Amino acid sequence: MAFSKPHIIVIGAGFTGCALAYDLARRGMDVTVIERGEIASGTSGRTHGLLHSGGRYCVSDQESAVECIQENIILRKIARQCIEFNGGLFVALTEEDAAYAPRFAEGAAACGIEIEQISPQEALRLEPNLNPKVLTVFTVPDGSFDPLRLALAFAASGRYFGAQFHPYHEAQVLVFDGQRRVKGVRVLNRTDGSTREVHGDLVVNATGAWAGKVLAGSGAQVNVTPTPGVMVAYDRRLINRPINRLTPPSDGDIIIPQRRMMVIGTTSYEAEDVDYIPVEDEQVQQMYSDAVALVPGVAGCRMRGAYMSARPLVGKGQSGRSLARTFKCFDHLEADGIDGLVTITGGKATTCRVMAEKTADLVCKKLGLSIACETHAYALRSYRDYYTPNGGRP
Amino acid sequence: MSHERWTVTFIVSRRKGEQPPHFQSFQLEVDPDEYVLDGVERIWAFHDRSLVFRHACHHSTCGACGMLVNGVEKLTCITPIRSVTSNGGKVKVEPLRNFPVISDLSVDMSTFYTRMEETCAPQVVPVRGSALPYEKGLFEQADPAYERLADCIECGCCISACPVAVTTPEYQGPAVLAAAQQAFSLTGHAGLLEKMDGADGVWRCHSGFECTAVCPSNVDPAWRIMDLRRKVIGRRIKRLFGLAK
Ligand SMILES: Cc1cc2nc3c(=O)[nH]c(=O)nc-3n(C[C@H](O)[C@H](O)[C@H](O)COP(=O)(O)OP(=O)(O)OC[C@H]3O[C@@H](n4cnc5c(N)ncnc54)[C@H](O)[C@@H]3O)c2cc1C
Ligand code: SF4
Ligand code: SF4
Ligand code: FES
Repeated sequence: MAFSKPHIIVIGAGFTGCALAYDLARRGMDVTVIERGEIASGTSGRTHGLLHSGGRYCVSDQESAVECIQENIILRKIARQCIEFNGGLFVALTEEDAAYAPRFAEGAAACGIEIEQISPQEALRLEPNLNPKVLTVFTVPDGSFDPLRLALAFAASGRYFGAQFHPYHEAQVLVFDGQRRVKGVRVLNRTDGSTREVHGDLVVNATGAWAGKVLAGSGAQVNVTPTPGVMVAYDRRLINRPINRLTPPSDGDIIIPQRRMMVIGTTSYEAEDVDYIPVEDEQVQQMYSDAVALVPGVAGCRMRGAYMSARPLVGKGQSGRSLARTFKCFDHLEADGIDGLVTITGGKATTCRVMAEKTADLVCKKLGLSIACETHAYALRSYRDYYTPNGGRP
Repeated sequence: MSHERWTVTFIVSRRKGEQPPHFQSFQLEVDPDEYVLDGVERIWAFHDRSLVFRHACHHSTCGACGMLVNGVEKLTCITPIRSVTSNGGKVKVEPLRNFPVISDLSVDMSTFYTRMEETCAPQVVPVRGSALPYEKGLFEQADPAYERLADCIECGCCISACPVAVTTPEYQGPAVLAAAQQAFSLTGHAGLLEKMDGADGVWRCHSGFECTAVCPSNVDPAWRIMDLRRKVIGRRIKRLFGLAK
C-alpha cells in the first residue's frame, strides 16, 4: 500500500512552530504553517537571545537545566550560523550572592553543566568591563543568538523538506467534521482580506501566549495568562559573553552581548491582553540599575531600544495532563474529548528543538506511525534560504 | 520613556491584493520616547487589525522593521517618535522602496536574501577585525577566539535609499556588495571579486553614499563598496602580470 502522507497544520511560526514544521517535514509529512504575522513576530522575535547553559535553573529546576544543556550542545552544532558562542559568566556581587555559590556548583555538577570557578582577577581579565567588586565567579557554556535568524533557520530547513509557510495568514476558527474532531482551520489571508479553509489530518496549536485565544469557542481549552518581561538594549558592546548574576532566578539577572549591543533583562508580571503590552518606564529604570550593577560602563551607554515579550503561563486549573513538565503539550482528545488537535506552549527558545521532537512524537503516535526524529543530527539550512524562492532546493 | 504625552497623526500606506495603494490616517496618543514601531503595532492592536507589517526583535538585531518614516529609511523599532515629529505633528509610514510590496508596510525580501546568500557572507564573525578599519581600536583587544553576530542585519534600508537600485533591479545593491567585501576580507575567496566585477556589481555604484547615510547598523556599505573596488582592481592587475590564480 502506498504511504499517503499525513497533512499536519501548524498554527504559529515562532521557535516552536518553526522547529515543529521542520521535524514533521523531515519525518516525511506534509506540513502547512499558518502564521498571523511574519516569522517570529510573537514572543520568539523579542527574546533576550540567551542560549541557556542551564546554569540559571540548575538549583531551582534541574529538569529544565538538563534539557537546556543538552539542547545548548545540539544547537551549537546545528545552528552555529546564528549563535555567538563565547561562553558566559555567573558572578556574585554581594555576600548573599556568594552564599549561593556552593548550591550553584552542586546543581551544575548534578545537571552535567561544565562550570569552572575562576578568580575575580581572571574574570576581570576576560571581561575588563565587569563590576570590579565581583566576589565569586564561574564560567558556563552560555551563548547568544539572533532570534529571527534562529527561527528562520528552522523554517528554512522545514521548507527544504517541503513544509509550506503562510506568513500574514491568521487562523480564525477551527473547523470540525461534525463530530468532535478537528478537520482544519479557517484562515484569513491578511495580505488581501480573503478567507479559505485549510484541511488536514491534525492541527497543532503552537501559538505560545496566544494558545488560549486561538482555541476560544472551540470547546478545547488552555488557560493562558500572558506574563511579560521587559528588556533594554544599549548601544555598545562592553562584554563578549553573557554575564549572569549568581542568584536564584530573579529580575534583571542577566546582560547579554549581541552584535554591537548589550541587552539586559528581564522582569515578570501578569498582563491581561497579550496583543499589546506597553513597556513601563519604571521597569526600564529598574533594568538600567540592574545592568549598571553588573557592568558599570552601561552608565556611559545610550539606550538603543526597550521592548517586552510575553511568556505563556498556563493556569493551575488546567484540565488535562501535560505530556512534559518543562513545557506544556496537550492532546485535546485526552484533555477535552476533542480529536485531531494538539497544543504545545511554554518552554524556551533554547529547547525548541526537543519540544518539537516530543510534539512530533505525539503526532506520530496519534496517527499510528513510528518514524524517528533526526533533527539533532543534521545542521540546519542557511536561514536565508527561508526567503529564497525554492527554499534552497536545487 | 517619559510621562510626556503627545498627539500624533500616523499616515500609513495601505495596500491589499491588487487594489491601488492609498494612505490612511490614525490619531494616536503617544509617549514621544516610544518608538515608531510601537505606534504601528498599536494601530494594529487597537485601530485596524488588517494592518500588515514586518517585525520581530524590537531592538535592532533582526532587520525586519525597516520602513520609510517621513520619507527616510528607518529601523522603526529604534526610531523614537520624538526624533521624527513634534507634538501635534505627523508620522508618515511607508514600505521600503525598491522591494515588491507584499501588503501595507511589508515587503518581499526574496531577491535580496538570495543575493546575500550568494555572497556566502557569514552572520557570525570574529570580534577582532569585525569593525570598520577606520574605527580605530574598536574590539582590537578582543581575544581572537571571540565571535559576534555581524553588523549587517539585512534590513534593506540601504537598498531602499540607493538611487541606482531604483533604475536597475539587476544591480546587486549596497548590502550585497558590502557583504561580498566582508566575506572576501574573511575568506580571500577570489570568485567573489569576479562575481562583483561587472556592470551589475561594484561599477554601477555612483558613490553618493546614500546607503551609508541610512544604514542603522554601522556597516558603511558605501565605504565597503569603494574598498571592494580597490580589491577588484588589485586582482585585475595581478592577473595582468600573471600573478593571480
Ligand atoms: C521576556 C522573555 C525573555 C526570554 N528570553 C529567552 C532567552 O533568552 N532564551 C531562551 O531560550 N528563551 C527565552 N524566552 C523564552 C522564549 O522566548 C519562548 O519560549 C519562545 O519564544 C516561545 O516560542 P513560541 O513559538 O512557543 O511562541 P511565539 O513566538 O509567541 O509564537 C506564537 C506565534 O503564533 C502566532 N499567532 C498567534 N495567534 C495566531 C493566529 N490566530 N493565527 C496564526 N498565528 C497566530 C503569533 O503571531 C506568534 O508568532 C524568553 C521569554 C520571554 C517572555
Ligand atoms: S553609494 Fe552606491 S550603493 Fe550606495 S546608495 Fe549610492 S549608488 Fe547606491
Ligand atoms: S548594510 Fe546596513 S542598511 Fe543595508 S541591509 Fe545591512 S544593515 Fe541594513
Ligand atoms: S524589529 Fe528587529 S530590527 Fe526592528
